[in-house]
Amino acid sequence: MATMRDIKRRIKSVQSTQKITRAMKMVSATKLRRAQERAEKTRPFFERTQDILRGISASIDPDCHPLLAHREVKKITVLLFTADRGLCGGYNHRVIKMVEQELGDFPDLKLVTVGKKGRDVLKPRGYNIIQEFIDVPDYPSFDMARELAGILVDDFIKEKTDQVLMAYTRFQSALSQRPLLIPLLPLEKREMDPQKGRREYIMEPDPYTILDLVLPRSVENIIFGALLESKASEFGARMTAMDAATENAEEMIEELTISYNRARQEEITTEISEIVGGAEALK
Amino acid sequence: MASKVELEIITPERTLLREDVEMVIAPAVDGEIGILPEHFPLVTSLKIGVLRIKRSEEEGFLPLAISQGVMEVLPQRITILVATAELPQEIDLERAMEAKKRAEERLKKEEFDKTRAEAAFQRAMARIKAARFKE
Repeated sequence: MATMRDIKRRIKSVQSTQKITRAMKMVSATKLRRAQERAEKTRPFFERTQDILRGISASIDPDCHPLLAHREVKKITVLLFTADRGLCGGYNHRVIKMVEQELGDFPDLKLVTVGKKGRDVLKPRGYNIIQEFIDVPDYPSFDMARELAGILVDDFIKEKTDQVLMAYTRFQSALSQRPLLIPLLPLEKREMDPQKGRREYIMEPDPYTILDLVLPRSVENIIFGALLESKASEFGARMTAMDAATENAEEMIEELTISYNRARQEEITTEISEIVGGAEALK
Repeated sequence: MASKVELEIITPERTLLREDVEMVIAPAVDGEIGILPEHFPLVTSLKIGVLRIKRSEEEGFLPLAISQGVMEVLPQRITILVATAELPQEIDLERAMEAKKRAEERLKKEEFDKTRAEAAFQRAMARIKAARFKE
């Protein structure tokens, strides 16, 4: 049986842990709100870009652009988004596991990792990580997406890779986030269906120059969206995990308090019986 | 009252502006282009420069520093998609001047990437022009 002092010490320690988890939960909730707001703000740009692509696709042969070229897939590059830190439940694990399950056996696989966790887990397992980005800010800027897009587009055009996939975590709600593996390059032509949203335009200087300008933006934008969404998911997952941790701590404190009281009672009982025993002996 | 056209200026990070305007003058790749309401549908690429918006006769032109992008013109709506766009009050003139100086120095030296320095120079110039803009 633990002594009263031991139990008291444990209660204190659990309480201070609980303080931390509660604070982390609150911080994550605030960050989540901001991250969600930012993710929403990126939508108009994405939608309008798609509108324009659809509008001009009537006047061009969509096969003409290198970013739309479908090749036989021998080399794959995956852009993987994870967090820099843990303490966010299964967030990192789920997306990493998905990549390993889906593509672990693919012979020529390259990875570009965003976040420490992806790198830390996959590097020792022998995955070929060609670029790594760590210490991702809580609210990443568009420049980061642009840099990532630059690397991937360059590799794709130089045929160092035949397909670029993106593994990120889609934000559904604070309680549920889903890992997703989606194709990034070549860009899907279905977004450029000329039947929908066809518009007659004058195009200056010419459709191809405009395509050249719009398509890379579109890639940057998709990456930026995934980056922000992964961040929102991270905060959501951390919030949920920390909420559960705070609750568990509460339960532990309750149990420990009960054993503390029991120990106290026991001590009192022993004392009384000693006194009674002593008094009895004096008779 | 003159007729107006809806203008949207959208960057990847935010929607900078959405309002009805009388006229837009944009830096297209082959020269400045002025758009009035009911313009024929047009898509054009924009270069780094100053975009001018006329909200009304009294207010005159509002200058914005923009970087590369695309403009889609429909009779009732103009959409401008650019990587960055800044309102004059958001521009830090001092920083732009410094950036210009730095870019100029880099353009003179061999070891720097010429296209990047050139783009930096253009951006700085656009900011300076927008911030100092007078009619």
